[in-house]
Amino acid sequence: MNRNSGPLGRISDALWRKPSLLIFLLILPPALWLGIIYLGSLFALLAQSFFSIDEFTGQIQYEWTLKTYGELFRPSNFDIIIRTVVMATAVTIGAAIIGFPVAYYAARYARGKWKAVFYLGIMMPLWSSYLVKVYAWKLILAKEGILNWLFETLHLSWLLEAYLSIPIIGGNSLSVSATGTFLVFLYVWLPFMILPIQASLERVPVSMLEASGDLGARPSQTFRHVLLPLALPGVIAGSIFTFSLTLGDYIIPQIVGSSRRFIGQAVYAFQGTAGNIPLAAAFAVVPILLMAVYLWIAKRKGAFDAL
Amino acid sequence: MTSAIRFSGVSRHFGDVKAVDGVDLDIAEGEFFAMLGPSGSGKTTCLRLIAGFERPTSGTIEIFGKVVQDTPPYKRDVNTVFQDYALFPHLNVRDNVAYGLMIAGLAKKNRHKSADDALEIVALGGYGDRKPSELSGGQRQRVALARALINQPKALLLDEPLGALDLKLREQMQEELKVLQRNLGITFVFVTHDQSEALSMADRVAVFDAGKIIQVGTPEAIYYRPERPFVADFVGSSNVLPPEFVAKLTGTMAYGAVRPEAVYLADHGHSACVKTVSFLGTATRVSLDVAGTPMTMLLPKGALIPKSGETVLIDWAAHDLHVMHP
Repeated sequence: MNRNSGPLGRISDALWRKPSLLIFLLILPPALWLGIIYLGSLFALLAQSFFSIDEFTGQIQYEWTLKTYGELFRPSNFDIIIRTVVMATAVTIGAAIIGFPVAYYAARYARGKWKAVFYLGIMMPLWSSYLVKVYAWKLILAKEGILNWLFETLHLSWLLEAYLSIPIIGGNSLSVSATGTFLVFLYVWLPFMILPIQASLERVPVSMLEASGDLGARPSQTFRHVLLPLALPGVIAGSIFTFSLTLGDYIIPQIVGSSRRFIGQAVYAFQGTAGNIPLAAAFAVVPILLMAVYLWIAKRKGAFDAL
Repeated sequence: MTSAIRFSGVSRHFGDVKAVDGVDLDIAEGEFFAMLGPSGSGKTTCLRLIAGFERPTSGTIEIFGKVVQDTPPYKRDVNTVFQDYALFPHLNVRDNVAYGLMIAGLAKKNRHKSADDALEIVALGGYGDRKPSELSGGQRQRVALARALINQPKALLLDEPLGALDLKLREQMQEELKVLQRNLGITFVFVTHDQSEALSMADRVAVFDAGKIIQVGTPEAIYYRPERPFVADFVGSSNVLPPEFVAKLTGTMAYGAVRPEAVYLADHGHSACVKTVSFLGTATRVSLDVAGTPMTMLLPKGALIPKSGETVLIDWAAHDLHVMHP
């Protein structure tokens, strides 16, 4: 009985005797990646945000100061933050409302072939290029686009006109309105909402819903008192994706939407042409802080208790 | 006696599968009624038809005289104890029990009071603040019972509620359920695959096989006077004798049944070959081969025990042979 006595065999014997060594070796590369490259760059970014820029020379002054953060509260900059947060919130709520029924259908009723169709339908948009999808939406929403045509054919152009004349959410056409930006965000991030909700609904036994009905609850009451609380970890997980992805994106609002900027665009502009790295860094810190606050509130509300 | 639940020609088909097939059933008010059968025999589907979780493909279901097959579960006067208990994991025990009252719109103080009283009845007073995950199987079972009873249903449906409990707890819960049913006086419909459970608890038993009811009767009738070989075999693990065998003994060409405990070793009688001998504690079970018909016999403690491979003579009293309808 002298199997596997070569050097490889001895290594696996040694790893079998010391499982912690194996775990250490497996964890080391990702830990290095995460620790040095990711966290390192994050801290470099954080450090940059505490420097400031000399307004006359345009040179970065390497002295610790909160002056750059103060600039975030200038009306023009603060508007960007508010606009981004409102958009991210709207996209998250919209994605949850649209995503929940889809996820519910997939978790409760789709079986076998239909389950595969569901996964394909959800995942397939993720396979094609993000830019292609955004430009496709630009065409759909444009003045000469299919949506306009549809409204015209139905003799509802007046409705679209009336909607577009509403300030802030309206514009010349859907493709240059905040509504357009919202629709594209919603479409692009929807799979990230559906999949976690579906995973959490899969774990809710049917008998739980039957028990609620058995005890006299109408379907709407069962939804409120049983289904939603049990699916909440999934909804929160999905909302973390949609919220943070919208907070950081700078391409969609650039292609579809009004000229009003979002945080991502501000970061892009300040670190690029403007050369104001400290302000770009301070802007980049905002989504991180917002997510931290969001997660803290979610935890306080017990959203992760069912995990 | 008013009828609590009545099925008239009820069928429930899932595609080609006839889960319930033309069932007629009449459960009396205040009765402890057991539905007994192997898994897949349609007994649970019948219970779900009463609760309203399934809708019949055809037939009529009445609950206390009301035709209900088009009534959703939340409008039916019956409550269910689920096999997996189906306690809500995000609510504590008190809120679980009070769920039905919360839905009915009772104020928090009143419903918590009622829930605590109900927990007291199932001997779980003081457990209200715990989460279901902190309870043992037997305790969860009691919570499920309290939750189902708090709406004061006219009939309680129990879907294999004791299936997940260990033997000792099971026997204790069987007693308690019986006492509870007597005290409350409401109709209990109890689904089980365990024949001893059905026989010991129920006033009447319906034996299911392949979506149909094979026999309905008192436990004594089911046990001693099975009408079909399936009932004899499944309920009593009786010895089923083929018609040819019975014809030789009685002249009637019909299946017969002999209880294993009615068979004894005799000086003359049927020649039998001993196959296996199993010690059961209170008795010893001997499997035999009687001219090609497999039989078992239960020998009481102290009896002479044959060895496997031996040939013995066995017999039974003539009145212990139950001849089924031809």
